[in-house]
Amino acid sequence: MTRLTINGKSYHVDVKPDVPLLWVIRERLKLTGTKFGCGVGLCGACTVHVDGEAQRSCQVPVRQVQGKQITTIEGLPEDHPVKKAWIREQVPQCGYCQPGQIMQAAAMLAKKPDPTDQDIMEFMNGNICRCGTYPRIKAAIKTAAKEGGKR
Amino acid sequence: MKEITRREFLKASAAGAGLTIAVSVTPFGYRLYAARQEVLPFAPNAWLRVTPRNEMIVTVNKSEMGQGVHTSLPMIVADEADADWGRVTVEMAPAADRYKDPLWQMQATGGSTSVRHMLTPLREAAAAAREMLVKAAADRWGVAESDCETAQSTVKNRRSGKSLTYGELAEAASRLPLPKAPRLKQPGRFVLIGTPAARPDIPPKVNGTAIFGIDVQLRNMLYGTVDRPPLFGAEILSYDAAAAGKVPGVRNVARIRRGVAVSADTPAAAWEGKKALRTTWSGGVQPSLDNTTLEKLFLAQLDQEGLVAKNEGNAGEALKDATRKVEAVYLLPYLSHMNMEPMNCTASVKKDSCEVWAPTQNQTGVLELAKKMTGLPADRIQVHTTYLGTGFGRRFETDFVEEAIEASKAAQRPVKVIWTREEDLKNDFYRPANATRLEGSLDGRGNLVAWSLKIAVPSIFSRAMPAMMKGGIDPAAVDGIVETPYEFPNFRIEYVRTDTPVPVGFWRSVGNSHNGFTMESFMDEMAYAAGKDPLEFRLGLLKNHPRPYRVLETVAERSGWGKPPRYGEALGLAQHFSFESYVAQVAEVSVDRNSGAIKVHRIVCAVDCGMAVNPDTVEAQMEGGITMGLSAGLMEKISFAAGGVASSNFHNYPLLRLAGTPDIEVHIVNGGGPAGGIGEPGVPPVAPAVANAVFRAAGIRLRRLPMTPDAVLAAMKAT
Repeated sequence: MTRLTINGKSYHVDVKPDVPLLWVIRERLKLTGTKFGCGVGLCGACTVHVDGEAQRSCQVPVRQVQGKQITTIEGLPEDHPVKKAWIREQVPQCGYCQPGQIMQAAAMLAKKPDPTDQDIMEFMNGNICRCGTYPRIKAAIKTAAKEGGKR
Repeated sequence: MKEITRREFLKASAAGAGLTIAVSVTPFGYRLYAARQEVLPFAPNAWLRVTPRNEMIVTVNKSEMGQGVHTSLPMIVADEADADWGRVTVEMAPAADRYKDPLWQMQATGGSTSVRHMLTPLREAAAAAREMLVKAAADRWGVAESDCETAQSTVKNRRSGKSLTYGELAEAASRLPLPKAPRLKQPGRFVLIGTPAARPDIPPKVNGTAIFGIDVQLRNMLYGTVDRPPLFGAEILSYDAAAAGKVPGVRNVARIRRGVAVSADTPAAAWEGKKALRTTWSGGVQPSLDNTTLEKLFLAQLDQEGLVAKNEGNAGEALKDATRKVEAVYLLPYLSHMNMEPMNCTASVKKDSCEVWAPTQNQTGVLELAKKMTGLPADRIQVHTTYLGTGFGRRFETDFVEEAIEASKAAQRPVKVIWTREEDLKNDFYRPANATRLEGSLDGRGNLVAWSLKIAVPSIFSRAMPAMMKGGIDPAAVDGIVETPYEFPNFRIEYVRTDTPVPVGFWRSVGNSHNGFTMESFMDEMAYAAGKDPLEFRLGLLKNHPRPYRVLETVAERSGWGKPPRYGEALGLAQHFSFESYVAQVAEVSVDRNSGAIKVHRIVCAVDCGMAVNPDTVEAQMEGGITMGLSAGLMEKISFAAGGVASSNFHNYPLLRLAGTPDIEVHIVNGGGPAGGIGEPGVPPVAPAVANAVFRAAGIRLRRLPMTPDAVLAAMKAT
């Protein structure tokens, strides 16, 4: 049994300890907001927070995150400045990569509440968006920063 | 407005009668009828329903894959019906004859056609509903219909000032006869169309609740994976089903058309089971197939005689007699779609029913496939279209649906087949590679006299839609060339069909994605040879075509064309007409002479798509098309080795990321034409605009894509 704390809730799951967190979240716990994109940590679609840090859940075996605080897109508050900014700037197109983008942006703003263009480029460059919402992602991060991305 | 969930829909339906307006699609077009669900023997093909609770439910027959069609189509209905946008919900239509696109006679999303094809039928359905609601109100008040006015889902009595909501009138309206010729609004009266209404699919896409194909969860569901040929045309020699079956969690191993399907309790078990198969395969159909052999093949094909797709004037003679002749050969690679949501499908096949949950662009294709594979009639098959984590044409194919149906049939349980990224990239229907030879000639004053083009390219339509082949010519091969708005005094297009073992398919903007590059790069070569400004040279060929003329003028003005660049070293220009829309773009670039890296600082885009239903969506689609076209132009190329695909994941098939994305500025030009497409036309002009800017910055003409740093360095060395 692996014990996981996700979005403040405690789960006991019977999975092999080396299974990536992504598949446990998605297919065992049915928290499908976190997406599968590449399986090798190259696209960022599976980004979640582990103790507040952005992590690629496809690269994290569940045994590594026992006892840690895991947050998925479903656990990020609805009134989080990043979520609000994403709606205000009408960022998503297909929407598939956006939970990963949002989790990545939220983790950045928690550390750097007032990021420069360079910060945004560096921190967000691991998250691919095939729709090309990058200009709006940049705009939304700035909007969120203005509203206080510290949370 | 919000996206409706299934539960809410059932609740709304159960809430009782209301007004339902349906459009029946017949071979002669569409016709309207009123329907009351409880008396109809079949579910009506309703495009809109008004419930007694004053909600309007709009059924959309087109897939939402990011292009915003679950916003634009309901906007059209709501505007024409004078509905309150806040009371409009949208639901995705099931796969059924009644939801076929009236022009295509099939239910599918592609070709940037959704608004173009559905605009009039939806407006007529909505206008009929409005008139019936007005009549119901007028009857109740005992006044003339002309004494009533509508707005915000309410009919108002001009004389008394009283008002009734559409919900209050729905029941009475549903008993009225349908107006034979509902009057449509004058375009100046639109209140929603032309506004940047917020997309209802965005909140669920931001909070993680939007359901994509890969998110489907069913009780008793297994996870499927398929072992597919590693090389083109390879066939199975052996596999160890027993070994796979012994892997804990594996429930079924089945030989299917394309390979071997393994279904298991978890994705991990399925993948482990697949490994345990230790499948052996025959060699591919062409073991010598690699990047070099393909390049040689396409270039050699240019010496073959092709089919003439267009011949105006006499380009051959004009080229012979030319004062100045220019010739160039372009070579473009195979590309992958790289949808962020890998291919997947969930199917539940039972003895007397079949249900499919698919992120599909092709509901009719899925339904027909399911009928064929299960032997069940259409009324025993349900196709649920989820959100699509993009489509770009890849999801017009049904190969991923076929696998899920086969796996579910074999396992006798619902199965969700999920492709890995590697499988997705190696089993695509690729954007065809191609070689194009262009020849042009000028007179003594630098005027263009002849334009001759020969393209060697694989055929998409001969497999995907053979009825669309025209005298052996694939329309995709000559996309954007035959219908160019440029006036060439002598104009010849030749097509050499060049099929290879590499499967090809529709990729955002299809043939325009490569022809836009060759046409607009060579246009710059001709302008340079003529000693003319690239803008002036193009305008000179568009004197009788005010729409592209104005689009070019707009982009020139907004980008500061003719002035020193603001951010980079040089500007480059391109325009392209596709899907009934005109798009021109200016790229501002710098070239790093040491690394060979091209930096794109800014793209300025002007678009005339006729009616812009939602200008924010138009902008978003231009931004997206530019990003995808830039990604392809700068870094995308499928690599082949030993008869198969060598590219495997994002490390060796990179996509444009945020840091490489330029600032993008979009200007909508209202040319007053009919509605044009918007999903694809943003793609073609960007790569040639960049290449043309690179020429002006560094003096190198890049005739091969992608424009990688290595390609830039090699070109600089050669000059």
